[in-house]
Amino acid sequence: MATVSELKALRWDLRQRCVDIIMAGGGGHIGGDMSVIDALMVLYKNHLNITPETQNDPNRDRFVLSKGHAMEAYYAILCEQGFLDFDDVKARFSKFDSPYIGHPNNKLPGIEMNSGSLGHGLPVAVGMALAARMDGRSYRTYVAMGDGELAEGSVWEGAMAGSNFGLDNLCALIDRNRLQISGSTESVMKQDSQEERWASFGWNVLSIPGNDIEAIDAALTLASETKGKPTAIILNTTKGFGSPLMENKASWHHHLPTQEEYEQISADFAAHKEADIRG
Amino acid sequence: MQAAKTDRDLVVLCSDSRGSASLTPFFEAYPEQSVEVGIAEQDLVGIAAGLASCGKRAFAASPASFITTRSYEQCKVDCAYSDTNVKLIGISGGVSYGALGMSHHSCQDIAAMSAIPNMRVYLPSDRFQTARLVQALLQDEKTAYVRVGRNAVDDVYTEENCPFEMDHATWVRGNADQEVDVALIACGELVRPAADAADMLTEAGVKASVLDMYCVKPLDANGVLAAASHARVVLSVEEASPYGGLGSQIAQVVGEGCPRPVRTLSLPDAPVVTGTSKEVFAHYGLDAQGIAASAREFLTAAENQRGRAN
Repeated sequence: MATVSELKALRWDLRQRCVDIIMAGGGGHIGGDMSVIDALMVLYKNHLNITPETQNDPNRDRFVLSKGHAMEAYYAILCEQGFLDFDDVKARFSKFDSPYIGHPNNKLPGIEMNSGSLGHGLPVAVGMALAARMDGRSYRTYVAMGDGELAEGSVWEGAMAGSNFGLDNLCALIDRNRLQISGSTESVMKQDSQEERWASFGWNVLSIPGNDIEAIDAALTLASETKGKPTAIILNTTKGFGSPLMENKASWHHHLPTQEEYEQISADFAAHKEADIRG
Repeated sequence: MQAAKTDRDLVVLCSDSRGSASLTPFFEAYPEQSVEVGIAEQDLVGIAAGLASCGKRAFAASPASFITTRSYEQCKVDCAYSDTNVKLIGISGGVSYGALGMSHHSCQDIAAMSAIPNMRVYLPSDRFQTARLVQALLQDEKTAYVRVGRNAVDDVYTEENCPFEMDHATWVRGNADQEVDVALIACGELVRPAADAADMLTEAGVKASVLDMYCVKPLDANGVLAAASHARVVLSVEEASPYGGLGSQIAQVVGEGCPRPVRTLSLPDAPVVTGTSKEVFAHYGLDAQGIAASAREFLTAAENQRGRAN
């Protein structure tokens, strides 16, 4: 378990590694990485019972990154947890014949399922949670989705099944950063109110500030204590969180920073880290 | 059913299709190993993949037309790409739902599923072979698509005599050493009409072999070459659209390894006429008489072409 102050420092190191991977590979989905990375960090550091040593244990918790394009954030946390080597990922990300591609691939250690096309993760996670119940196992299943992704009908097929089966061992993390590649989610296809939508599908809904470490930690704990229904945690996040250069800008969905922008972003992260440490 | 008794990891899923799939007895006997997802085929395949990733042997059954095209991306990403042990069972395949029209016909499934890397495609020809195939699939850990029909069909084999080797085609008429005029290579429900056609041809003095290519992918290329190399022409027979199915795959193998004239007997590249399977097959020349007539015509055409070439 990591302390809040440790996590407050680590979140900026993870962001920096994320951007370093993107710069080295010449591309990535920087905006969504920045919005979801705090949730991934808290999940892996304080909730998931999975380590490189237990990655094949049938009792391990399961995690599926349904918004698979946030792969650089996933690499950053998998490296932090010892599943992958950061220098190796950075050296080979997106290179010819590299195992480190732009979406999750379960040939790599620590990754359960392949994704990339949106709307797949929740039904798969429902299957994992059902398997736990059939086998009498106590592991939990988590799935992270983007808000633009929620336009996929298959998400709602999974939402329907999750509550139908009363899967309280299932938790959906929804990165509600309110932006997608073409602009605001509300201008592309209205998503409000996610709270009402998930509740109407029979889910326990927790809507929280999605880049707030303590709020994420508390919500994950609450989710694990909820009985009889799955929990959806609506993470109200800021896309591109960490630098004004990219915050809340749809154009930064997969923008590759220039060297100048990279330096500015790194400086912004360092300043955030300093401020977070001081409290 | 028998396997479920001893294999607690065997799970059967359906999408409001348990009646059509004859799964009601299974669901009643093994409720804890049964999953009903409602009319939601993408969910069906995704949930099956999640179960399989946790060690379950997941059999997902839904009408062939829906499980392959409605859930195509889940078949590709969640099953084949993620390498999960999901057996996708397409029931009421081909034109089984004859009168219900193109929405319910699955004439693209062979081509579509064959085009997915790491996906296997099987079309067993009768109930005995289906049972042998399912036994074999229970033993392996990889995904596969199996298409079966809806209506009872005349058997090709018997309980006692159903030769089966996984991923090897079965000789139904003739063998790998016998010279014939025409080699018929068929799959699924059209194996029996092909066998009947071969018998009609033989009676009329035209020698014909029949290979049951239930394993469309991985295609038994050695079987295809054995049949082609001992025949003057090759005729493929399938309940599917003409492009990318069994005939296309046979033509690739024959063209490279043992050039012979190949003709594909299939359904047309058009909405299929409605009617019972038997009526539809007869209409498109896919019944025994039609297959035999095509074989004769093809032999004549090939002979004329050879004459011109000389």
